[in-house]
Amino acid sequence: MLTAIFLPLILACFIPLISKWKYSIHTGWFVLIIPFSIFVYLIQQVGTRFSPFEKTYPWIPSMDIHFDLYLDGLSLLFGLLISGIGTLVVLYSIYYLHKSEQLGHFYLYLLMFMSAMFGVVFSDNVYVLYTFWELTSLSSFLLIGYWNHRKGSRYGALKSMLITVFGGLSMLGGLLLLTIVTDTTSIQEMISQKETIMNSPQFGWIIAFLFLGAFTKSAQFPFHIWLPDAMEAPTPVSAYLHSATMVKAGIFLIARFSPILSQSDWFFIIVSGFGILTLCWGSFMAVRQTDLKGILAYSTISQLGMIMAMLGFGTKIAVFAAVFHILNHATFKGSLFMVAGIVDHETGTRDIRKLGGLMTFMPITATLAFFGTFSMAGFPLPFLNGFYSKELFFDAALLHHFSVDGFAQLLKVIIPYLAVFGSIFTFVYSMYLVFGTFRGEYKEKELKTKPHEAPIGMLISPIVLVLGVIIIGLFPNLFNESFLAHAAQSIKGVEIHKKIKFWHGFNSIPLYMSLAVVAIGSILAYTRKRWSSVYNVIPGTLSFNRVYDWLVDKTTAYSEVVTESYMSGSLKHYVRYILIAILVVTFGTLWLTTDLTISNPDLASIGIPDMLVVSMMVIASVATIFTNNRIAAILILGVVGYGLAILFVIYRAPDLALTQLIIETVTVALFLLVFMHLPKLEKRNESKGTVFFNATVSILFGAMMTFVAIFSYSSKWFEPISDYFLETAVSLGGGHNVVNVILVDMRGLDTLFEIAVLGIAALGIYGMIKLRRDKGEK
Amino acid sequence: MEIVTSILSGILFATGIYNLLQKQLLRIIIGTALMSHGAHLFILTMGKLKRGKPPIIVEGVENYVDPLPQALILTSIVISFGVTSFLLVLAYRASRLNGTDNMEELRGNENE
Repeated sequence: MLTAIFLPLILACFIPLISKWKYSIHTGWFVLIIPFSIFVYLIQQVGTRFSPFEKTYPWIPSMDIHFDLYLDGLSLLFGLLISGIGTLVVLYSIYYLHKSEQLGHFYLYLLMFMSAMFGVVFSDNVYVLYTFWELTSLSSFLLIGYWNHRKGSRYGALKSMLITVFGGLSMLGGLLLLTIVTDTTSIQEMISQKETIMNSPQFGWIIAFLFLGAFTKSAQFPFHIWLPDAMEAPTPVSAYLHSATMVKAGIFLIARFSPILSQSDWFFIIVSGFGILTLCWGSFMAVRQTDLKGILAYSTISQLGMIMAMLGFGTKIAVFAAVFHILNHATFKGSLFMVAGIVDHETGTRDIRKLGGLMTFMPITATLAFFGTFSMAGFPLPFLNGFYSKELFFDAALLHHFSVDGFAQLLKVIIPYLAVFGSIFTFVYSMYLVFGTFRGEYKEKELKTKPHEAPIGMLISPIVLVLGVIIIGLFPNLFNESFLAHAAQSIKGVEIHKKIKFWHGFNSIPLYMSLAVVAIGSILAYTRKRWSSVYNVIPGTLSFNRVYDWLVDKTTAYSEVVTESYMSGSLKHYVRYILIAILVVTFGTLWLTTDLTISNPDLASIGIPDMLVVSMMVIASVATIFTNNRIAAILILGVVGYGLAILFVIYRAPDLALTQLIIETVTVALFLLVFMHLPKLEKRNESKGTVFFNATVSILFGAMMTFVAIFSYSSKWFEPISDYFLETAVSLGGGHNVVNVILVDMRGLDTLFEIAVLGIAALGIYGMIKLRRDKGEK
Repeated sequence: MEIVTSILSGILFATGIYNLLQKQLLRIIIGTALMSHGAHLFILTMGKLKRGKPPIIVEGVENYVDPLPQALILTSIVISFGVTSFLLVLAYRASRLNGTDNMEELRGNENE
């Protein structure tokens, strides 16, 4: 399993190299090997004797975070979907993406996503789960924005990123709470402690956070808005990420944690409520779309809602149906996305209003589309898998043996009706999709190129998926015991055996529900144009996109206002911020850590010459502020410097005094050289407020330095290391001048770097004086 | 005396900061120079003043002043000289190019 997770990542590292040969051999062929070999590995696990197993690799042992991997029925189902659909999608993309595209980028992102997705479904550690979860959002962002020259791509990418990462963060909150409550990071151990979790006061928060994570990822109402915009991605990506795998990660999360979450009464209300709402809204909105992929996007939303609702019911049959439908949805929706991609590729448009009558031009594609859509619609034919899961869904939605009270009771009563409502519209958009594209009148004028059948390579993947549809339809119990039962069992915790049958007899209510769907759906599909004005009323101009746009706009505008309020572009202001920050921090620390007592009897005597020099320096430094003459200012600065040199002499620092004298002389000379070229000092025309403010800040800063000096002088925390230098200067350094020994011997590297700094400064100065590449200079 | 030098160091910082907050580059450079003087004095004070002979080992002398602050200051003096001269030339260059050394007028970038 570790190999499965990291194999794609490892290959991703070599993609930039491989993609250099893309003109002689399409990069996709190299990539194809990876998901296929993982698929072969995983398919060997399938069987009736399969039992979950776990593997642990140490990652951050000190924080009890291990790379725990866990393979049970649920993760096996997802793993097979990721690798199986992944193989087909890569194969499809080889024909879909032209060699002139940036194939390296595409396959890099795709492999990254594959790794991340395997990581999500195989990990047993919440932090590993979270890491890979966010990696899927990230790679989805990159893939949606793959054609980054399109505005729609960038918008869609950003939108999906913001919404899913928001959900991911809230999920992290839930996972952290779970870790705190249970004191473990392993999901399986958490499940075994579900009583503890349920009785903890944070249980409500845990549920809320995890639901937010799952609902944003799986595009549940009202977070569904990112999925239609994500359709800007290349079609293989839409088929893979935004239909078969990534959007099902939210469902995976709910399924994985459902032993814990379903203990709450709210589980049914929230998960089923939002699921069924998403089902209805998604299918209702799908009929309104004009873009083929838009229809499929809303269709995906509604199907995800349906699976979510079934998980919410939590009954044996519902869980089984959910697992079954995850598989079925991947087959028919994957093939439909590929069909949409083929239509787009061959005609140059995905606008259903411009399409029509393509059946004569693309017979194979049309046949595939018919199978896909009729399966999606749940048409009662014994070779369409969609019908079986829809029938199971109806059966589950009737909620037999389900006793609840209060609001949940109301929900229980209306759910069957909503299920039928949603399915009717599912039927309508399925018919709309297939008949609008392949039947009807051929609109020659609307199309730029004459459509023709797709190359065989492009057809292989949808054909394989449609074969899947038919095989599952003909033999619905083929994978039942060996595969689906394990997945359902790992969600529900008990063994589930279910025989899927086509015919239940005349007494079964789901049969009549299905018939009602087909009957009403056909009428509505036929008369679609007559009632489509209903969309002007519901939703009309209302849209959650507006809420999203408003939020994003306002946040951007607000942060701009905030930033502009302090990023004034004036250096003076920035210096002020820095100074005030230093003042606050230092005074705050002084206030908190010292008791502000000065106790130091051990002071040097105050000598008359010292005091004279000190007072001279005070006067001179204050005078720099008030003089308005350039030469005077420079000379006064020199007075301060020479005064300091005298202080060095008094305080027994001969080397310092010498250096200071030389440097001060050179500095003054330099000032005098340069000042001729500088404008004269102007009289300051500052407002009194500015002067007062500057003065206050300066005086406070000076006071701060004085305080710091006195306090640090008063405190004796440790012995100075100076004695070491005094003792060893002769023996180790071989010199009698200790300061020199320190500089050139003990701390020789410091001095070397100091010389380097001076050298850099000298180069800079030379460059500034000599370079004459400027425009405005004479 | 340490208290006195601490206060002097504080005053040097205060005047340095005040100059730093001005608009003209020359004053700003003077401000940085004053601040580095203040910092040197600060470090020297931390090592105690007038406690013994200069740190040059002579036989028979037991007490020396602390050599470590002196070594630090020596490095610092040279560095601050480098900084000051760099700033001066920068100011010269900036005023040559823009005809002003007023920071308020040097704001913004070419794209505005």
